[in-house]
Amino acid sequence: MSEIVKKFMYVNRKAPYGTIYAWESLEVVLVGAAFDQDVSVVFIDDGVYQLTKGQDTKAIGMKNFSPTYRTLGDYEVKKVYVDQASLAARGLTQDDLVEIAWEDMETEEEVENIVEVIDSAHLSALMNESDVIFSF
Amino acid sequence: MSDMIDVDGKQYAVDEEGYLANLNEWVPGIAGVMAKQDNLELTDEHWDIINFLREYYEEYQIAPAVRVLTKAVGKKLGKEKGNSKYLYSLFPYGPAKQACRFAGLPKPTGCV
Repeated sequence: MSEIVKKFMYVNRKAPYGTIYAWESLEVVLVGAAFDQDVSVVFIDDGVYQLTKGQDTKAIGMKNFSPTYRTLGDYEVKKVYVDQASLAARGLTQDDLVEIAWEDMETEEEVENIVEVIDSAHLSALMNESDVIFSF
Repeated sequence: MSDMIDVDGKQYAVDEEGYLANLNEWVPGIAGVMAKQDNLELTDEHWDIINFLREYYEEYQIAPAVRVLTKAVGKKLGKEKGNSKYLYSLFPYGPAKQACRFAGLPKPTGCV
């Protein structure tokens, strides 16, 4: 569609509720996905909580938008990274995180889970490669 | 501030763009009334999409953008329905926007 494809990275550092950052970020990612760019979404620090399974927001009267992360694959986002050290510091592992599937309708190529836990060196390399970084 | 639509004698609040204010209030009759306002007669094919959207929202908590809808419909209802020509023939004002409105969902995320 567009001739120049840029690498966009969205970095999420905050817990899902309490501030509007997580939801705003997710909306920007989903809206931005319409522009056919190379998008990666990263979760660091308390941002890793955004991807945790089994969230229940009834008691705080907020909409539980955690199921929405599972649509990222439908929105053609193929790269989701989680910082290993941030997970470990919170006593979490990949098993605590939602799985996001991705499928190419034309080629029928399928990836069962695009969520990838990576170390800081890898993450920093990916940041260096990005053209645009949005921090939330 | 908000407008109301009348369905079987009951009043439902809609926002300034005509989307249902409270999605929990939705009843199938709302889709019929909204369609009539748009000069459309709802067929089973329309209902397939409306019901699909409600299920999608139930599962993912968002109303999908049009290309996501197209892709997801293709996966669920068959490739011959998962294309924008088919969907626009059903919903001339834009399959995501119009069908989401009939389904009582908010305006789709990613519609610019």
